[in-house]
Amino acid sequence: MKRLERKHRLAIRWFHWINFPLLALMIWSGALIYWANAVYRFLGIPLNPPQKVWQKLHMAYRLADGMSIHFFVMWFFAINGVLYVLYTLLSGEWRELVPNRRSFIEAIQVTLHDLHLRKTAPPQRKYNGAQRISYTAIIIMGFGSLVSGMAIYKPVQLSWLATMMGGYQGARFVHFWLTVGYVAFFAVHIAQVVRTGWNNFQAMVTGYELHEVPND
Amino acid sequence: MTDEPVVPEVVETVDGEALAAARAAAIAENDRNEAAALRRATRRSFLTMGVTAAVGAGAWALLRSRAPLQGLPAPFRRALDANDKLAMAYFSPTRLNREYPPAKITRPRVNGGLGISANNDPAAWRLTIQGVAGGARVLTLDEIKAFPRRTMITEFRCIEGWSTINQWTGTRLSDVVHAFPPDHPTRYVAMETPDRGYYVGLDMDSVLHPQTLLAYELNGAPLTWQHGAPLRLAIPVKYGVKNIKRVGVIRYTDVRPADFWAEQGYDWYLGL
Repeated sequence: MKRLERKHRLAIRWFHWINFPLLALMIWSGALIYWANAVYRFLGIPLNPPQKVWQKLHMAYRLADGMSIHFFVMWFFAINGVLYVLYTLLSGEWRELVPNRRSFIEAIQVTLHDLHLRKTAPPQRKYNGAQRISYTAIIIMGFGSLVSGMAIYKPVQLSWLATMMGGYQGARFVHFWLTVGYVAFFAVHIAQVVRTGWNNFQAMVTGYELHEVPND
Repeated sequence: MTDEPVVPEVVETVDGEALAAARAAAIAENDRNEAAALRRATRRSFLTMGVTAAVGAGAWALLRSRAPLQGLPAPFRRALDANDKLAMAYFSPTRLNREYPPAKITRPRVNGGLGISANNDPAAWRLTIQGVAGGARVLTLDEIKAFPRRTMITEFRCIEGWSTINQWTGTRLSDVVHAFPPDHPTRYVAMETPDRGYYVGLDMDSVLHPQTLLAYELNGAPLTWQHGAPLRLAIPVKYGVKNIKRVGVIRYTDVRPADFWAEQGYDWYLGL
């Protein structure tokens, strides 16, 4: 028979859904800034679409605009992120999120299962090993964005930070590739949520998930 | 939702079939109730989410549509100004740009021609300092060069993102300020090209920073006109746009001076 079970706490759901538009705004305004000096390459391919594409997207010649949005939204993005981390620490939720000894082997098993190379998924609690690793990695990446962003923003006043990041250009490099990492995370995250289905997705909104439990 | 459902025990009796049916019915009812509870929770939560999203989107649209202040919707300009206040409070003249060995020097880049021209006569150039105790002063390049000569190799960071490493030689701006001090303590300094084709506003702390030079040489050679001959500002505690070429006027002021790029929507302070 079925039973409704609590899955995600209210605070976690709010942090998650507030983060979504804030991160989107940070990435979009970051792209407006990147346009002014779009220098990075991936496998030799310049990560700089033709100017026509930038213009079609209304993202050309908007460096000043992009900076003003970036330096406005950054506060909300950072505060939400810091509160989330504090909350997971104080509530004990971190125990569900931080990878443990089993997570790494489990993550491999989950990946093999998802790629249809393994028949059974490993037994899991709230989050499987792959989830624990990604949800912790994304927080570390967020911290990396914060720190590399500060190094770009004030490379002289925070020169120790810039030095740690390999200088001003090193910090830019780190900041850019972390953002590419978020986009990659987003793509996999959406694919997994779609695959897992509605019951799992709506739990991130309602907090409850319907489970099949043994008739007692 | 968390109440234990009442499920009758199946006991081996003559009424076994009836009991099994009753049990199945109870399970079905439980499942219906749980599903209904979830539907209620779903409606409630998605409604909350929708309303929150609409309020958020509305607030954003409102912020973006506010009357512009110096090229930006006012709330965004105010946020930049607030960030600047914080940065100015944190600023310390003891925090320096890293200085590089000569081997690290890269090719300088010419990225702007505002206020400069190939037709300018270097001999006709003078530097006017306004707001000085005892009245404005007019200086020649030789008078600037009479101050102690300083050389530094620092990173020149453009607001667009690129950076170069240049060797600047010139006079510490603080030496000039101390020789020709303002008639009263001021918070700001305005700098303009002789034709005011380009102008920047600076805070006094950054002006007095030990790595702020009035430079007359770049990478060991006198400045070319493209790099702001005969005298330009080299201020590595700021983005490149504040490194005004061909400085003609320096003015002490209490009012935050106009700044060419700040009027186009950029941050005014641009401190690094």
